[in-house]
Amino acid sequence: MTLIHIIFYVFSAVAIGAGLMVVSSRNAVHSALFLVLAFVASSGLWILLHAEFLALILVLVYVGAVMTLFLFVVMMLSVNKVMTRESFVRYLPIGALVVVLMVGITFLAVGPAHMGLAIMPTPPMKPADFSDTAQLGSVLYTDYVFPFEVAGALLLTAIIASISLAHRIPKERKVQNISKQIAANPKDRVRLIKMPSSKRSQ
Amino acid sequence: MENHFVLLAVLIVVLPLLGSLVAGFLGKVIGRSATHCVTISLVGLSFLLSCYLFNAFVLNATPLIDTDLYTWAISGDFHFNVAFLIDRLSVTMATIVSFVSLMVHIYTIGYMAEDPGYQRFFSYVSLFTFAMLTLVFADNFLLLFFGWEGVGLVSYLLIGFWFNRESAVFGSLKAFLVNRIGDIGFMLAMAAIFTYSHDLNYKFVFAHVDLLLNKSIILFPGLSVSVITLTCVLLFIGAMGKSAQVPLHVWLPESMEGPTPISALIHAATMVTAGIYLVARMSPLFEYSQPALSLVLVIGATTCLFMGLLAVFHFDIKRVIAYSTLSQLGYMVVALGVSAYDAAIFHLITHAFFKALLFLAAGSVIIALHHEQDMRKMGGLAPFMPITYGTFLIGALALSAIPPFAGFYSKDIIIEAVKAAHLPGASYAYFCVMAGAFITPLYIFRALFMTFHGPKNTESSVSESPWVVLIPLIGLAIPSIVAGGMLIGPMLFAPHTLLGNSIFVLPEHNMLFNLGQHFEGAKIMALEAGRTLTFWLAMAGIVAAWFFNMEYPQFAESLKQRFSWLYNLMVKKYGFDDFNQLVIVHGTRRIGEFLYSISDLKIIDGIFVNGSGRFIQWFANVSRRMQTGYVYHYAFAMIGGVVVLLVWIYLGL
Amino acid sequence: MVSLSEFLMVAAVLFGLGIAGIILNRKNVIILLMSIELMLLAVNTNFIAFSYFQGNTIGEVFVFFILTVAAAEAAIGLAILVVLFRRLGSIEVEKLDKLKG
Repeated sequence: MTLIHIIFYVFSAVAIGAGLMVVSSRNAVHSALFLVLAFVASSGLWILLHAEFLALILVLVYVGAVMTLFLFVVMMLSVNKVMTRESFVRYLPIGALVVVLMVGITFLAVGPAHMGLAIMPTPPMKPADFSDTAQLGSVLYTDYVFPFEVAGALLLTAIIASISLAHRIPKERKVQNISKQIAANPKDRVRLIKMPSSKRSQ
Repeated sequence: MENHFVLLAVLIVVLPLLGSLVAGFLGKVIGRSATHCVTISLVGLSFLLSCYLFNAFVLNATPLIDTDLYTWAISGDFHFNVAFLIDRLSVTMATIVSFVSLMVHIYTIGYMAEDPGYQRFFSYVSLFTFAMLTLVFADNFLLLFFGWEGVGLVSYLLIGFWFNRESAVFGSLKAFLVNRIGDIGFMLAMAAIFTYSHDLNYKFVFAHVDLLLNKSIILFPGLSVSVITLTCVLLFIGAMGKSAQVPLHVWLPESMEGPTPISALIHAATMVTAGIYLVARMSPLFEYSQPALSLVLVIGATTCLFMGLLAVFHFDIKRVIAYSTLSQLGYMVVALGVSAYDAAIFHLITHAFFKALLFLAAGSVIIALHHEQDMRKMGGLAPFMPITYGTFLIGALALSAIPPFAGFYSKDIIIEAVKAAHLPGASYAYFCVMAGAFITPLYIFRALFMTFHGPKNTESSVSESPWVVLIPLIGLAIPSIVAGGMLIGPMLFAPHTLLGNSIFVLPEHNMLFNLGQHFEGAKIMALEAGRTLTFWLAMAGIVAAWFFNMEYPQFAESLKQRFSWLYNLMVKKYGFDDFNQLVIVHGTRRIGEFLYSISDLKIIDGIFVNGSGRFIQWFANVSRRMQTGYVYHYAFAMIGGVVVLLVWIYLGL
Repeated sequence: MVSLSEFLMVAAVLFGLGIAGIILNRKNVIILLMSIELMLLAVNTNFIAFSYFQGNTIGEVFVFFILTVAAAEAAIGLAILVVLFRRLGSIEVEKLDKLKG
């Protein structure tokens, strides 16, 4: 039971616990925050796996951008602060069944018998000045440069798509046109009319 | 040389067709007298040409001609031809048919003088003549069948001529349908012949009879029949339909709903003899099948006796004569059964004359009494209608086989031939024909006495019919007297019989030849008649008729009371009609209704047609529940699928 | 050292929790999207684990791209959600049954 094991178990427990709370929390904001926690814990796991660059990117991009976006949307849409529980409880057995199935199958397929330390040993330690980032970069910009460019184009497409989806033209929004407001003239707006007064009828 | 005979044969057949078309389509345009002039002259011409051919082929022994005129259709290797076989048998039949047809045409001028459908009648009668002549001249089964169906059709048209009468419509349908049953037998026979001989031409089939012999066909598992017997039996079923043998005889009495001239033409002389002609023509086939010949014999004998018995009990004069026709047809069929084909044709000829005569005479009485047909309302007409009475008497004497009239020779020969035969069923047949010899004069003289003798039962004034009616009567009376004596020698017993090679008889069956050894001539035969049992039976019949009708009618009454069950059976015509109506007509209708309501409505419509629709609807309704529209249901389904797939792969299935 | 299978088990549990989130959640579309992110996280962990134990960088490259795509997809998903909210006025999953047969 080395230190690595302890670190691994702690981070895994946090990740799994956070995941559990994401699903079963009643408040949407809480769910989002628990998801952030799950990402952070996973990031720790990734560092254990010597993938530092990606672990930090996970925190930067995912937590910093995507989850922030989630929180923006949660706040923007006026959702009920507290959701009811009855449908959750009703279908809990099915959910539990699904989790058990997933885990069971995975255990059967890639359990210790197939992928334990005996069959897949720990790889040898890398030298101290080994840089995972450099290695990733050297592969990414040479062998996989085309997918890299495509990914860039994909992000561009996503930007355009999301803007065009959510954009409301000025007619659907309430927009102020300052120049028109200033240029308003009382002469166009008000007219005085002279009318004879009428006698009071008996 | 040959060609001009062929041309004449074609003319004989086609001229009546031409007359029929003119009368049918232009009848209203050219008027009544023009119509009858055209049709009578064409049929008369046809008759003259047949006489000429008769002279050439029969009297001068020209060899037969078998020619193809026109190829109707070609199917694979097989050619359907319109082809004529001109030989003694066909020429003889053609002469008879055209002669009787001519007489009937002339008679119709008087009989149908007041009828609105005058031209239509002439058209139909000429059409009938055309069909019958085609039948007679055909040289293959298919053309024969064309003529066969043609006469059946025109018979339907003519029986139902007065189509506004419900009984006429019923009678015509009955005739056609019962005929159809016979036609099925004929068609099956044609199929059998075609299957084994691969051709329908007479010459070919007769020359290759060995293709049909010694073969059997399995009808049901366990029942195998010899092919030649099956073919002959089926052919005979066809003949039974046309010639009204028991049990397909039921149409003939109802066919009396048609006008009298057609009863004379069709149901005395021509259509009903088509069956006899068929069997005689097919003699090369029938000779080889003894069971078929026995069947023919027994059915003919049964018809002869039982139908004759019925004639004694009916009161409609035309019906009496109709049953008489049935009985005489029975005689002809009996003759065919004992292989005395020449005698059958001989009786056919003489019968044509005297039966047509009897019908036309009865028709004369009917028009004189303004279309009254019940004999109980007639009586004592002899002083008022002497010529009619005379001709009827001649016909009756001929029918009863009193020498020297025509019927004597033909009927006696048949009886002798039956006596000499030793087929199974011959003794039964002998009994029947002898009994028939007694019954025949009984019924016909009963009719004569009831109509022409005794007290006058009708109030209306009666006078002799017009000359157009009487001339055919006289024209038919003459052959009824002399034809028998004249024809018996050359027809049956000459070294070259009249029909010569048209008929084929196996030596062991050839009764006529044996009889021919004893034949000394017509005159001697007539004088020797007093020695035969049949003559005395005939005399006894006449005396009995006189006794029961003229002298002691009360005897008849008391007998009727005593044997009322027998009387009722006779009046109901042995229950054949009731049976047919109940079992076949009602039964078929019931089966039809049952099949309609159960299998058609419930099963086919309900289960298959509507049921499949309903099933689809139900299935769609159930399947619709799966499309809930909720994403989580879809995701769950996907997960389920993935799990199944993984398990599958894991288990290595 | 921790064996590969333990990493994979952790990822499997996270994946299962994500699926359970999709199935159990009826009230909020945002929770649905978050569950999808959870599933993607689990898959990424799998890739990294394999990449480490097999000494192959390709796993990490793939994770790189998955991250990219996941970010794009989250953005667009949320944009759609916003439009949906404008139309329906609510973000309950139960209200999204227009495809009901």
